[in-house]
Amino acid sequence: MTVQGSLQILVVLAILLAIGIPVGGYLYRVSTGQRSKLEGVFAPFERLLYRLVGVNPSVEMDWKAYLKALLLVNLVMMLFVYLVFRLMGHLPLNPDHLPSMSWDLAFNTAASFVTNTNWQNYAGEASMTYLGQMIAITFLQFTSGATGFVAAIAFVRGFINNRRSSLGNFWVDIIRLHVRVLIPFALVFAVALVGLGLPETLQGAQIAHTLQGALQTISRGPVASLEAIKQLGTNGGGFFNANSAHPFEDPTALTTVLEIIAMGLFPTALIFTFGKFMRNRKLAIMLYSFLIAMVIAGVFVVYGSEAAGNPILHHLLGITGANMEGKEVRFGLPLTSLFVGTTTAYTTGAVNAMHDSLTPMGGLIPIVFMMFNLVFGGKGAGLLNILMFLIITVFLSGLMVGRTPEIFGKKIEVREIKLATTAMLVHPFLILVLTAIAVTTKTGIASMNNTYLHGFSEVLYAFTSGAANNGSAFAGLNGNTPFYNVSIGLDMLLGRYVSIIAMFAIAGSLAMKAVIPESSGTLKTDTFSFGFVFVAVVVIVGALTFFPALVVGPIGEQIQMWSGQLSP
Amino acid sequence: MAKSATFNREIISRAVGDSFVKLNPRVMIRNPVMFVVEIGFVITLLLTFDPNLFGGHYPATQRAYNLIVTIVLLVTVLFGNFAEAIAEGRGKAQAESLRKTKTDLWAKRRTANGGYETVPATTLRKGDVVQVAAGETIPADGEVMEGLGSVDESAITGESAPVIRGAGGDFSSVTGGTKLLSDELMIQVTVDPGESFLDKMISLVEGASRQKTPNEIALSVLLAGLTLIFLIVVDTLEPFAHYVHGSRSIDVATLIALLVCLIPTTIGALLSAIGIAGMDRVIRFNVIAKSGKAVEAAGDINTLILDKTGTITIGNRLATEFIPVGSHTEQSLIEVAVLSSLFDETPEGRSVVELGKHKGVAYARENYHEANNVEFSADTRMSGLDLANGQVVRKGAVDAIRQYVRQHGGTIPDDLEPKTNRIAKEGGTPLAVIQDHEVYGLIYLKDIVKPGMRERFAELRKMGIKTVMCTGDNPLTAATIAEEAGVDEFIAEAKPEDKMRLIRTEQEDGKLVAMSGDGTNDAPALAQADVGLAMNTGTSAAKEAGNMVDLDSDPTKLIEVVAIGKQLLITRGAITTFSIANDVAKYFAIIPAMFMAVLPNLKALNIMFLTSPQSAILSALIFNAIIIPLLIPLAMKGVKYRPMSATSMLMRNIFIYGVGGVIAPFIGIKAIDLIITALGLAHV
Amino acid sequence: MRSVWQSIRTTIVFMVLCGLLYPLFLVLIGQTVFPFQANGELVKGPNGAVVGSRLIAQPVTQPGLFQPRPSAVNYAANGSGGSNLGPTNPALIKEVRGNILAFEKLNPTVSVSQIGPTEVESSASGLDPDITVRDAMLQIPGVAKATGLSTHTLKKLVLGHVRGRFLGIWGEPHVNVMDLNLAVLKLTHK
Repeated sequence: MTVQGSLQILVVLAILLAIGIPVGGYLYRVSTGQRSKLEGVFAPFERLLYRLVGVNPSVEMDWKAYLKALLLVNLVMMLFVYLVFRLMGHLPLNPDHLPSMSWDLAFNTAASFVTNTNWQNYAGEASMTYLGQMIAITFLQFTSGATGFVAAIAFVRGFINNRRSSLGNFWVDIIRLHVRVLIPFALVFAVALVGLGLPETLQGAQIAHTLQGALQTISRGPVASLEAIKQLGTNGGGFFNANSAHPFEDPTALTTVLEIIAMGLFPTALIFTFGKFMRNRKLAIMLYSFLIAMVIAGVFVVYGSEAAGNPILHHLLGITGANMEGKEVRFGLPLTSLFVGTTTAYTTGAVNAMHDSLTPMGGLIPIVFMMFNLVFGGKGAGLLNILMFLIITVFLSGLMVGRTPEIFGKKIEVREIKLATTAMLVHPFLILVLTAIAVTTKTGIASMNNTYLHGFSEVLYAFTSGAANNGSAFAGLNGNTPFYNVSIGLDMLLGRYVSIIAMFAIAGSLAMKAVIPESSGTLKTDTFSFGFVFVAVVVIVGALTFFPALVVGPIGEQIQMWSGQLSP
Repeated sequence: MAKSATFNREIISRAVGDSFVKLNPRVMIRNPVMFVVEIGFVITLLLTFDPNLFGGHYPATQRAYNLIVTIVLLVTVLFGNFAEAIAEGRGKAQAESLRKTKTDLWAKRRTANGGYETVPATTLRKGDVVQVAAGETIPADGEVMEGLGSVDESAITGESAPVIRGAGGDFSSVTGGTKLLSDELMIQVTVDPGESFLDKMISLVEGASRQKTPNEIALSVLLAGLTLIFLIVVDTLEPFAHYVHGSRSIDVATLIALLVCLIPTTIGALLSAIGIAGMDRVIRFNVIAKSGKAVEAAGDINTLILDKTGTITIGNRLATEFIPVGSHTEQSLIEVAVLSSLFDETPEGRSVVELGKHKGVAYARENYHEANNVEFSADTRMSGLDLANGQVVRKGAVDAIRQYVRQHGGTIPDDLEPKTNRIAKEGGTPLAVIQDHEVYGLIYLKDIVKPGMRERFAELRKMGIKTVMCTGDNPLTAATIAEEAGVDEFIAEAKPEDKMRLIRTEQEDGKLVAMSGDGTNDAPALAQADVGLAMNTGTSAAKEAGNMVDLDSDPTKLIEVVAIGKQLLITRGAITTFSIANDVAKYFAIIPAMFMAVLPNLKALNIMFLTSPQSAILSALIFNAIIIPLLIPLAMKGVKYRPMSATSMLMRNIFIYGVGGVIAPFIGIKAIDLIITALGLAHV
Repeated sequence: MRSVWQSIRTTIVFMVLCGLLYPLFLVLIGQTVFPFQANGELVKGPNGAVVGSRLIAQPVTQPGLFQPRPSAVNYAANGSGGSNLGPTNPALIKEVRGNILAFEKLNPTVSVSQIGPTEVESSASGLDPDITVRDAMLQIPGVAKATGLSTHTLKKLVLGHVRGRFLGIWGEPHVNVMDLNLAVLKLTHK
């Protein structure tokens, strides 16, 4: 670790904050239906889309109607892309003549992209036609990110409502978000990325005769357009198997900085949007401070651990220096470590290094971030998890100050606690139970690329990534088997929708409650003291839940590595 | 009610017995956390008989280990039951003494033809009329129809001074089980058998009618959720271990030990004890809360509505100053004033004598026993003495005195009017004093704010509670008193409807309102308020409407009830936090130990340097068990509550119970490990 | 039923908008404004044929050219990926040992203690187009011997191809192997 390296990390995060705050304000204006400077462009376009979709934008929806629309449109989208994956071998825009997917892989991939996970049990350049990359992958990278975002906004409306059931109109929200945010942002970013070296072509792979006379088939395609929304929508599903480590997805240090900023942008901004909704800037600053502190702490653990290198290589082969297995030279350790941290903290799932080859402590951090799934968290989903844990924290700390707990003036009662507890149970259940099943079955173990504790980490990482809708992987695990395609597919679907349904039910119940005015006896949620308790609750509940699994995985492996033992 | 010692031997021995009775699974299942422990106990018990019940080939020593785990688990459950039993115990003892007052009562019931028949009190119905003579126990709750008598209510209130009960007005309700000391009363029964105040009170203190409060349910849900999480954690450990080392696995007793250590047994065991103890604390304050919910609601109060008279000010006005008029000196005024009040038994009258004594003027009653005492009447609105020498001394309302003087041809000094006005303006009541028809001056009667009220209102403000004073006084007087007492707002010239309106508007803003009241006209407001504290001296309508009854009829007790409500929640939160924070140390004790055979590397995590895997697991399990009885006193007494800002209270409690909860078990487990090692049990 | 119909319409509308119009618009912009980048930064050799991409490493097995970093996928530009070997995996030791041997074969003068991790540990994509300056310097004697170019010339060449940190802040100084090897070939073909 060097001062210069630390500076690389901190400057990126500073820029992210500087852009995140105004974008947060913009997202607030978009979510509250305010006019924009480009109203003349946006408004007619929106009206056209309302007509095409057939919605009446003035209809208000309560939580059930909103949730129903959200789930239904997700289901239909999943079915559509499932069909695309099953048929794309026979459809146009397939210059490299790639085949269609098997049923289980198509199910896994459709579930993966509709849930904003972007877990990939396929290698992009070898299994996905250009048409698939465009009308399935790129398309869902827009809409799945938008789904999480509007869910969070709808929930926040429930907080503000004073005995009013409406959470907004799902169709209007999703169309406005595309027209005013996602499409313009992605367009600008994608054009910049093409300029910086990302391919954007419909031509098939290029055959090259290398300098030493060999043949090399160079896959390419409409990469930049996908890459832009992949990062902005906290999606993470790469065009190529190597994801953002591939030079065509991330050719320079500058592009990697831009991609890091892109994936952190909306999750950061949403914290400030939330602050605007609650008319409480201090709350946003407090939340941001604690979350960014966790990100920084995690990133520096990765950085330090990777810089320290692998003692076993030193003992056995005399290789000293940082752990460079599965990393790219152009990014350097600091930006690689930052990418590892941000892609899991902001729940994107893109990788610019192979996480499977990280040192155990370096691999622990992304797992932990995904287990929390609220250190900013994915677009919308992160905010929902933050709110879920805020409810639990407020409940406990409300007791500690002798008041029936309330959050933002809404009483937390049995119903809210029931639902929040349900949402809280989803993660441990999916991650631990599925991991346990996988490591006790032959087919589960057969897919591991590494043995022993590291193999365990591969499986633990996979189900954590799926449940947290992250999508990054310890990619050695061969997920393209019926067992993993189905289990991770269900992992992603349940991880996403059970908590969304529970949180919507909470929103519906909170929306109908009266807002209690603040008094001096009210527990303030925008203080650093409260933030400290919030983080303590998150860390302790998370640690207690996952400590044994982490001990068998990365913690055990770190001790193993320090003791210089190779896996049996 | 009889105030019993916190823990007497009888209660404890009965609680020990009850802890075993409560092992009945049908009772245990109401407490999911402890029920899990009981199931664990059954499983390890079976494993003690056959260590290979779930497969494996364990050595004979495993049986001893399983036995120890079984015993610790049983003790854990018993400790939890004991906590609940002891909390209930005090209530049960009280209920029994109350029940004694109820038994074998007979009543003289008026029959249709106007005669009386003697019937068992239990057969009395609503509407029956009974006659009670001096020395008899009142057979049922009711309203006095005829007569006036003093009643000993100590059976219910514990207060030995008798109270006056009479027909009409706000002091007409009597309670069954209390004793009439003098005179004779005709009482109309107002309740059917089984619904009497005494019945309700018995079931309350006994906890029979205790229902979980919403907050308690919410916490139980959260605890059940955590228990489920830990069930998943522990259930998946065996597959994990099996993956790492296929031929070895973790024995079931150890897994159960880990599960029991992780699930929030501390709070699970103490939760109902905390609730019962909270209600009990309220009862010991001589307040009967009709539900636990009311007590918790008290902790949330935003607005507190208090009557001025009797609550904020001591019920009576007291003399604070003598203001001479005309050419009279203060000395001569005091002499006349004291004389006029010499036989006056009203608090105002006594206060005049007191103040006179204070200023050096005292008369002995013996010297004036031939004087004729003229009592205050609504007609004359004055009182005083007709002395033996024919002199007439009077004090009274200024306009009444003025009229009297004019009638008798006296003159009114010029400065009487301005001085009278000054007193009124300051919120006081002026009394004019005359000898014959000579006006000597004024007695300044003042509303006296009870001592300490200012500080209490300041405390309430710190808790975030707004106080509103209601008074029939004019706005000027009201403002003065409000200022002096330090209340936030006041309503002057208040009518009962005003109170109601205030409660409604506050509630519409989402606030919780508490009030106290005793009259029938307070009943609607008492019912409307979130916390309505009715005075026991009040009418039965008021008592019916409120959700709490204060047996001492001291309205300021609302403040204590608020504190108890808060304390109840804080205790719950503190022990929950403590319970969860404990798990950190337990992990460090158990995880390296249980993986010892499978992943020997993990001994690096044995940061407490516990002697052996068995000792580590047993130490954690034993710590988990004994922390329950250690915390019983805290659960019973409640966490200390001091008014301060919510944020600083949060930090204070997090520091004590959160950080403390992380550290304490490290010390405790290590200490137990040392003891186990010293006893040579580390390698069973 | 109405919302099912709305869901289907929404899906189709966004599929066309985000899945077709958006990428096609970008292909249009890319092909007209940035044709070099948009087609994968392909470079041509002395004979005018495409020899590869600036951004994609290719295998160097014979002496005379600078070696890129080891690839776990044998530089398959249609099947990118890393080794995904964990730090305690015996296979990692085997892989790194093999890479050391391969490196030593072309650079016999270099001792193991001089070799840095970047040159013997596989890259993430298997296509890492860059090497560190130190790794380039380390290969100079080997390249010099095979090509006959002086170590001085090669050193100047390497230093001339060093790409520094962006804005002096981000990334690590590195050398693009394709650029460097094309320059080496240019010198040797003269």
